[in-house]
Amino acid sequence: MINQYSYGFFDDIKPIYSIPPGLSSRVVEEISFIKNEPVWMRKLRLKALAAFNKRIVPNWGADLSGIDFQAICYYLKPSERQESTWEKVPEKIKKTFDRLGIPQAEQKFLSGVGAQYDSEAVYHNLKEEWKKQGVIFLDMDSGLRAYPEIVKKYFGTVVPLNDNKFAALNTSVWSGGSFVYVPRGVQVTVPLQAYFRLNAQNMGQFERTLIIAEEGSVVNYVEGCTAPVYAVDSLHCAVVEIIAKPYSRVRYTTIQNWSNDVYNLVTKRAIAEEGAIVEWIDGNFGSKVTMKYPSVFMKGRGSRADVLSLAYAGNGQHQDAGAKAVHLATDTSSNIVSKSISRGGGHTTYRGLLHIAAQASNAQSKVKCDALLMDAQSRSDTYPTMDIKTCDAQVEHEAVVSKVGEEQLFYLRSRGLSENEATGLIVSGFIEPIARELPMEYAVELNRLIELEMEGSVG
Amino acid sequence: MSLLEVNNLCVKADNKNILNGLNLKIEQGEVHAVMGPNGSGKSTLASVLMGHFGYEVISGGIWFCGQDLLRLKPEERSFCGLFLAFQYPIAVPGLTVEHFLRTAFNAHRDKKGEKTIKPQEFRQYIQPELELLKIKNDFLDRSLNDGFSGGEKKLLEILQLTVLKPKLAILDETDSGLDVDAMKLVAKAVNHLLKTKIAMLVITHYQRILHYIKPTHVHILTAGKIIESGNINLVKKVERAGYRQFEIDNVKE
Repeated sequence: MINQYSYGFFDDIKPIYSIPPGLSSRVVEEISFIKNEPVWMRKLRLKALAAFNKRIVPNWGADLSGIDFQAICYYLKPSERQESTWEKVPEKIKKTFDRLGIPQAEQKFLSGVGAQYDSEAVYHNLKEEWKKQGVIFLDMDSGLRAYPEIVKKYFGTVVPLNDNKFAALNTSVWSGGSFVYVPRGVQVTVPLQAYFRLNAQNMGQFERTLIIAEEGSVVNYVEGCTAPVYAVDSLHCAVVEIIAKPYSRVRYTTIQNWSNDVYNLVTKRAIAEEGAIVEWIDGNFGSKVTMKYPSVFMKGRGSRADVLSLAYAGNGQHQDAGAKAVHLATDTSSNIVSKSISRGGGHTTYRGLLHIAAQASNAQSKVKCDALLMDAQSRSDTYPTMDIKTCDAQVEHEAVVSKVGEEQLFYLRSRGLSENEATGLIVSGFIEPIARELPMEYAVELNRLIELEMEGSVG
Repeated sequence: MSLLEVNNLCVKADNKNILNGLNLKIEQGEVHAVMGPNGSGKSTLASVLMGHFGYEVISGGIWFCGQDLLRLKPEERSFCGLFLAFQYPIAVPGLTVEHFLRTAFNAHRDKKGEKTIKPQEFRQYIQPELELLKIKNDFLDRSLNDGFSGGEKKLLEILQLTVLKPKLAILDETDSGLDVDAMKLVAKAVNHLLKTKIAMLVITHYQRILHYIKPTHVHILTAGKIIESGNINLVKKVERAGYRQFEIDNVKE
């Protein structure tokens, strides 16, 4: 059932630190103090806070009027010490992860897990071979402590602190997230995986992720989110920055399934240098409102952007998602596939930007938006903005809105499938182009999620 | 008790009368051909038998294996042993033929209390049917009817028919879109099935398919009513003088 969030359990772990709700320079300084951060980071946080205060809440896109910034708790730390092995992770936390399937997932597929529990990572394990190769995969706080020079060099260079109100908020109060550094020529064959989870009533999650792929390197980063249900509105406001150096390849996969009270406002952006390939795969389920437009700035000649996104909106949900492809160099190409499903009065929006700068000759871009409407109450809009400054660009745009056809249902039912089964198969088929790009266990989970959402779809 | 009994069936769609008191009786092992011009109600008959939502049954009844068919959902009719080979099979992008076929097949087995077939065993299980229709394995990996040629769609309908093995199969204009070779394959598969006492209702505008699938009974449908029934000779009569002769007869009545 759509309103009964499947992973909506929570336990009663007491945070060791907790800062009272509300946002102020004191709160920001406190966070920085607890983390024992370098001065430059504290200053950056405060500067970002000033930027946040100056900016108004965006009045385009989804309705954000329900967010009360002063009612949100900006920092929480469940256990003091960073855990390095699974055995040392507190039993209660383990149990929570257990119900989310993490240990099994680890046995089968994972080689390294960075899991964020509330605002801190509590478990971290990185394969020895990667260490030998010089691959760094840490939570962001540890990354800052261990590699301050690298972090200082890149932090905020892709998403500047004043980029938008929510990027400013994240910069001022960030906690956790992942820090990934892949040295030149290193190919990380097994996906780096991280799980995130909100677990304190009315607290925001403000993780910050920074991925640096040096020349010729290859990395695939995967994260999945589930969150418990709370009655009070909750805020998730993350920033992801990717720097793909020449001829590197970075794939970033997210499946998010926030509970239905979460405002999910995420800034994801990558810079692709010469010949680099950046792929965003982004699945958005749940949440009350999502605004997220993974972007790639193709700065180097011959760089490429692939964005594959999926949004599901049920009753009372608005998924305002899309992609931005910014072509700034010659011979660049982008490919955007966006799929959305609206049901039970849900609202999906595709909001995309294709920008081809004057110097970006011989650019190619393909944008495909498919919206699936499950019933007459649901809604889907498409806002594809194109800003093309060259004459030789090859641009294709295709937008299709389809309905789960009565004829499709009749056809499948005439073979002995129930209406629910038939609907599930149609929707699974619709998202198949995205499911096949996911690691196995995510694809399985995604299909399970679809089945769950389709239960009771017949009134 | 007949396998299928249609009594005085009157059906409306979009406020238009389409079937006007249709009667039809089919016994096990019989092959009935219903022929008629465009707009005579042939496809409506097929759709109403299978339980399509777009029609309003005004009066009359349909009995199948002693059950009141009009009270059953399409999937329940399927479980009873009714099958419709669609005139225009519907595409479901992203759903593979194999997944669909296996799900349907297992739904039937489950209903009968039989063990379902595991995904990894299914291909082997339907190998005889695939060979009969000369369907290659990679056909099963394609999206259901998505980008299929007319002939491929019809072959897939017949594959489903041979895999699900119903008691009564309705073939709605199955020959349209089929070339001679494909028609022969379909005929081979259907005639193979006919040995198992399955009954057929072959709905067609043209007589071509009836050269391959020999009907035991032939009915002429015009203006929503069966106005003449007979044997294979009726096909020849249509072949000679078309459908108009029946319409004129009808007016004379």
